[in-house]
Amino acid sequence: MSCTIKTERITKAFGAKTVLDGIDLDIGSGEIFGLLGPSGAGKTTLIKILTGQLSQDSGEAYISGKDTRKLTGADHKRFGITMDNFGLYERLSCYDNLKTFARIYGLPNSSITDVLAKVGLTGAAKTPASKLSKGMTGRLKLARAFMTDPDILFLDEPTSGLDPVSADEIHKIILSEKARGKTVFLTTHTMTEAEKLCDSIALLNEGKIVEYGSPEEICRRYDHQRMLKIHLYDGRDMQLPHNRDSATALAELIAGGKAETIHTTEPNLETVFMELTGKELSA
Amino acid sequence: MRNIKAVFLKQLGDTLKNKMVLIQFLMFPVLVIVFENAVKLEDMPEHFFAKLFAVMFVGMAPLTCMSSIIAEEKEKNTLRVLMMSNVKPAEYLVGVGAYVFVMCAFGTAVFAAVGGYSGADLALFIGVMSIGIILSELTGAIIGVFSRNQMTATSITVPVMMIFSFLPMLSMFNDTIKTAARVTYSQQLSELINGIGVSGITAESVIVLSINLVIAAALFTAAYRSKGLE
Repeated sequence: MSCTIKTERITKAFGAKTVLDGIDLDIGSGEIFGLLGPSGAGKTTLIKILTGQLSQDSGEAYISGKDTRKLTGADHKRFGITMDNFGLYERLSCYDNLKTFARIYGLPNSSITDVLAKVGLTGAAKTPASKLSKGMTGRLKLARAFMTDPDILFLDEPTSGLDPVSADEIHKIILSEKARGKTVFLTTHTMTEAEKLCDSIALLNEGKIVEYGSPEEICRRYDHQRMLKIHLYDGRDMQLPHNRDSATALAELIAGGKAETIHTTEPNLETVFMELTGKELSA
Repeated sequence: MRNIKAVFLKQLGDTLKNKMVLIQFLMFPVLVIVFENAVKLEDMPEHFFAKLFAVMFVGMAPLTCMSSIIAEEKEKNTLRVLMMSNVKPAEYLVGVGAYVFVMCAFGTAVFAAVGGYSGADLALFIGVMSIGIILSELTGAIIGVFSRNQMTATSITVPVMMIFSFLPMLSMFNDTIKTAARVTYSQQLSELINGIGVSGITAESVIVLSINLVIAAALFTAAYRSKGLE
């Protein structure tokens, strides 16, 4: 099934403050898309519009060709959504938390055990949600989003505040969903997460998209130096222009066994974002 | 119906773990058993504590539980998750309301047993208690809809709950309070319960309860329309 996301000139304001200003996106089926921006950039607002929790002031938003203002219960069943502030029933166990939603969706109990296994929480099935670590809480929220085996996942800062190990576990789960053909829309302010997971990203600043493309493309676009940085075994560093003229010199260094590492000088997303906005992405 | 059942069962599963709510359902039924068996005074009307505590129970438990459950779901953002899972606000309210009603029905059974009701008196007692539970649930739902979090809900619930549950007791000692309290549903419930087997159902009680029901339903509708459930 096609699970595309498309927006055309989406605008949203709260009072005098414009939160989203002319957002155009085109996300293909089976793609992991990352919306990057600092806190307050409008990321969560856009997810709310795409999932029908909020209406835009102007512009159009479509999920698989359907206007997001006209989404029905059946459409929502195709979405898995985790928002940073979405809560859990803290006194209920992981299993009972999911059981509530299994009842709502009319799913068998086996779907609960399946989804707990998928996020690695089988051993914690009877643990109350209040006793889970932050990483496990994140995985339980993901499990809830996976309950209906949705075609599209909207993940709002899924690894926010997690340690690297917990974040890595969630990354693996997200990548396994992509491998199953799911479309993933995630927001993050962690560039490494975007570089690791996303097929395409948009950099959002003050409600506007300032760059859009694959992480590699964007970084290459802002590689103003176009140099190769070479670290030699004798401890010296040297730079060569990143063009044909350097081919001979580079080949000699490699053939002579002198080059220990070779890197391009393209910037990372954090640097690109700073160049575009003068702000840090993680601010 | 499936969503209502899911909300109802979720609440039921939460009951034993939610001491704040559980104590509301248990406190007066336990107290009535203790007081009816432990306190015997001369000239005390028969089943005095059963009648007194039944009214206090109805004024307190459904109101506090409804407002607390709704406010907690709003504060923890679990209500939003339910709405995103295609649970309609009305389904949620009916599910929670049915749960509170059933839990209060167990309390009512204790009061009926301790109060020694049977036959037509028992039917009337259950009917009066049911109307009281529904009115208190509506009042609690109004507070829950208006409150953004549990702290706000508690600060509104406590004075409202004290008015409805303690007025009938205070009106025993002061005629002015009794006159003023006649417009409240809890006072009329008290008079109906005390009149079972004596004066029966009075026109005044029926009219006041009906007006209270209309006002509570109108206030709830207005609150829900202006605030919604999120």
